[in-house]
Amino acid sequence: MTAAVLPFVVGALALAMLLSLLRLLRGPGIADRVLALDTLYVCTLALLVVLGIQWRDGVYFEAALLIGLLGFIGTVALGRYVERGKVIG
Amino acid sequence: MTALPLLLALPFVAALALAALPRLSRTAAALVAGAATLGGLALLGGMAGAVADGEVLRFKLDWLPSLGLAFSLRVDGLAWMFAAIVLGIGALVVLYARWYLADEDPPARFFAMLSLFMGAMLGVTLAGNLLLLVVFWELTSISSFLLIGFWHRRADARAGARMALTITGMGGLCLLAGVLLIGRIAGSFELDVVLAAGEAIRAHALYEPALALVLLGAFTKSAQFPFHSWLPHAMAAPTPVSAYLHSATMVKAGVFLIARLHPALAGSEAWFWMVVPVGLATLVVGAALALVQQDLKGLLAYSTISHLGLITLLFGLDTELAVVAGVFHILNHATFKASLFMAAGIIDHETGSRDFRRLNGLWKHMPVTGALAIVASLAMAGVPLLNGFLSKEMFLAETLATESHALMEFLVPAGALVAGIFAVAYSLRFVHDVFFNGEPVGLDRVPHEPPRFMRVPVEVLVVLCLVVGMFPQHTIGPLLALGVQGVLQGPAPEYKLAIWHGFNLPLALSAIGLVGGVALYFGLQRGINLHRIERASTGKRVFDALVRRLVDLARRVTRALENGSLQRYLLLLVLAAVVLGGAPLLEAGPGFGDPPGTPAGIAGWLALALLVAGVLAVLRWYRERLLAVIAVGVVGLAVSLLFVLLSAPDLALTQLLVEVASVLLILLALRFLPQQSPPERRRGRAWLHGVVAGAFGAGVATAVYAVLTRPTRSISDYFLRTTVPEGGGANAVNVIIVDYRGFDTLGEIAVFGIAGLLLHALLRGRAGVPGTLVPPQPARPAFLLQVSAQVLLPLAIAVSLYLFLRGHNAPGGGFIAGLVLALGVALQALAAGREALGAPDGRTWQAWIAWGLVVATLGGIGSFLFGHPFLTSSTPYVDLPLVGAVPFASATVFDTGVYLVVAGATLLMLAMLARVHAQAGDR
Repeated sequence: MTAAVLPFVVGALALAMLLSLLRLLRGPGIADRVLALDTLYVCTLALLVVLGIQWRDGVYFEAALLIGLLGFIGTVALGRYVERGKVIG
Repeated sequence: MTALPLLLALPFVAALALAALPRLSRTAAALVAGAATLGGLALLGGMAGAVADGEVLRFKLDWLPSLGLAFSLRVDGLAWMFAAIVLGIGALVVLYARWYLADEDPPARFFAMLSLFMGAMLGVTLAGNLLLLVVFWELTSISSFLLIGFWHRRADARAGARMALTITGMGGLCLLAGVLLIGRIAGSFELDVVLAAGEAIRAHALYEPALALVLLGAFTKSAQFPFHSWLPHAMAAPTPVSAYLHSATMVKAGVFLIARLHPALAGSEAWFWMVVPVGLATLVVGAALALVQQDLKGLLAYSTISHLGLITLLFGLDTELAVVAGVFHILNHATFKASLFMAAGIIDHETGSRDFRRLNGLWKHMPVTGALAIVASLAMAGVPLLNGFLSKEMFLAETLATESHALMEFLVPAGALVAGIFAVAYSLRFVHDVFFNGEPVGLDRVPHEPPRFMRVPVEVLVVLCLVVGMFPQHTIGPLLALGVQGVLQGPAPEYKLAIWHGFNLPLALSAIGLVGGVALYFGLQRGINLHRIERASTGKRVFDALVRRLVDLARRVTRALENGSLQRYLLLLVLAAVVLGGAPLLEAGPGFGDPPGTPAGIAGWLALALLVAGVLAVLRWYRERLLAVIAVGVVGLAVSLLFVLLSAPDLALTQLLVEVASVLLILLALRFLPQQSPPERRRGRAWLHGVVAGAFGAGVATAVYAVLTRPTRSISDYFLRTTVPEGGGANAVNVIIVDYRGFDTLGEIAVFGIAGLLLHALLRGRAGVPGTLVPPQPARPAFLLQVSAQVLLPLAIAVSLYLFLRGHNAPGGGFIAGLVLALGVALQALAAGREALGAPDGRTWQAWIAWGLVVATLGGIGSFLFGHPFLTSSTPYVDLPLVGAVPFASATVFDTGVYLVVAGATLLMLAMLARVHAQAGDR
């Protein structure tokens, strides 16, 4: 069952990422692009988990964990920059 | 044979002791230096018997055996004789300097440098390995530089020191090159081997270049024409230094070298034609210029140059008797010239002037010093019954016996005669112009005799001049024989040390010299009055002009390379990489392999699409800097994804963390930059950049493709096989970083730490100019962020420690762990403000960097405890709860250092950038 679902999940995530990429490229606002980058990170996280299940390798989960733990810092910083012009208050 | 290294060590020990005790009084400092000198003399005396029996004493310790460099000492007759000069004159100079130094001169510093020089000079004489000799040779140049510049507030002292170091240093480099050639020809740098390989060396195709290079070293050191002009300017040194370094010992290092390598290099046409003309020119030019100086020490300096030329000429003539005369003159010149310098120093000390135009008629005020100076001057002039006469007679006889081209057979004795006339004239001037010839002019004090003990060294030397001059066979005979045997590496030839050789041609030349010299001096003094000659040093002018040219050239090159444009630097860097990396690729072909392909899968194609889209977006947006940052973020993510898919989890983790950290740093810096980069002014340049970047990309792509398609099992097997048994870790990447290539890693973290500190230095106390995109808004508290950041910090620390501890066996390690910790802390700063980044001046993180480097180095040294070389891991495992077996390797200690440096440097950069924001009024 899992084996049958996984390729579909990977494909869906890939599609989501391509759409995020499109949003990132087209904008129009800077906030759209920042959000698109964040979505890319989240999708990558999900993709790593799915690949980890598919290939039965725990290392992928660790990469996913690190993205989950620290990946949003870039988004926060970009958001801060767009909103206030300075990153660290 | 332990006396030998001890002999060499004594002066260095004294120098260290004096440097460590800077407040010693003049007497105490002189006692320390003097004790080392006398101790050395005693040790040397103990070796006299063995050396006199023709024994060669040796001591050898391997230093860098792979390079042929050994700490090997060797004492034969020549080395013994020279060491005796160095220590003997050294002892007298120490005594003299005790009285010479003024109250305001720091005595410990002076005697420390003097001892350092003495050690270096002993090293030159005792070295049994040519490379070791070069090491000590350079050390004499450096200590001479320090001593000439002893009165460092005087501009002439600084300029003279620089000039001496530049010229002798340049010669030292030539010597090194020459020695390397000789070592290669002879197959060893050991003096024993080289001296025995004379035939092979002279027959070798590289003999002439090697000889020329070695001679350049010797000529610069011994102030031979045209490199002589540093010596007169070195007279800015305190007089004990002039007496010691610049007349008796250091300037003799050049002729010592010529004598030392005589068996290996001499005995060829090339030798004669390279050495004799230089020596002859130096002999004549030095003597002529000595006569027209207005400075007491200047006259002595040029006279020294002339006498060094005489010795060089003798060794160039290359007969056994010429060698005898050369060695003999080394001894004699050291005695009379050192005493003359000391006398000049006394006169300077007691009158406050060294100017011939002001010093006259001193005989009435200082008759004893006068008498001593007169005797020494007569020895310098070569008057019978004094030592200078004996070696001069031998010299004249040898010049008359020159066998070569007819021109040289005439020029050599003619030059010797002319120089002899000048020598008499300038010696006479030294006596007549200082002690007689009227009254002193405009002195601020009445001259009187110096303190008793200041004169003792002069008295000792002058007595030696007399005794040697009258009873040569019984005084200097044995020492001379020793030296000659050392030079020739065999028995000394038949020669007779006697005052009277009968009426012969050399005696006639001597007589002509005496009469001619007296006539020349008085004739010139009457005719044009020597006091009126104003002469600037040509050598100095040429040297200054050359240095100016060189500085200009360096400036132009620097300006061409470093014009402040980052684009230019990047262009040069990438261009260099393209050329250096591309050349072998074009030459040997990329070497693509043909392995079976693996399917990319959806994820693979996705990563590729992201990568390409990201790169194209950067190209499209490169002038909109914020957009470019976002696009670069996409590229980074795609690269991480590719690393994951290609089974490089270490790299993927690192890349992700670096990505986040760089976005933070770039955004912090972007605030102070224009939000848009200016458009290209010239279309051509954009195309140039495009072509170079394209070539670089194509090159990297080719290399990557080649690596991916070649067999993977070339060297990786070795590492995978050995990391566990030898490195004690299953994570080959980490073991390579901390163990196999540990030294590289140490260098890399040092560079990383330096980068952090540099940023600190650049931004400390600097207020930035805010950019223009968004006017700063007042900070609103971000509760959600603050809470989640607080929850996250302990988690980040835990993850960081976990990654660190297991790094030796699974993906992780100090670098990744340090970045995780840094980002955890950075998040606090994002949420709660820059106070979370520690002390505002960044000293917390500076300490992290410093301790990190200390710990890493200690970790490397720790390997010694287990009997391994530096940075080699050794691994007992320790079981920790929850984490499992942790390697308690010295590599773990090293990795701790990496961890500290990475976290510290990253946070220091963040903290300093954040601080600039605060100072820019962003608050």
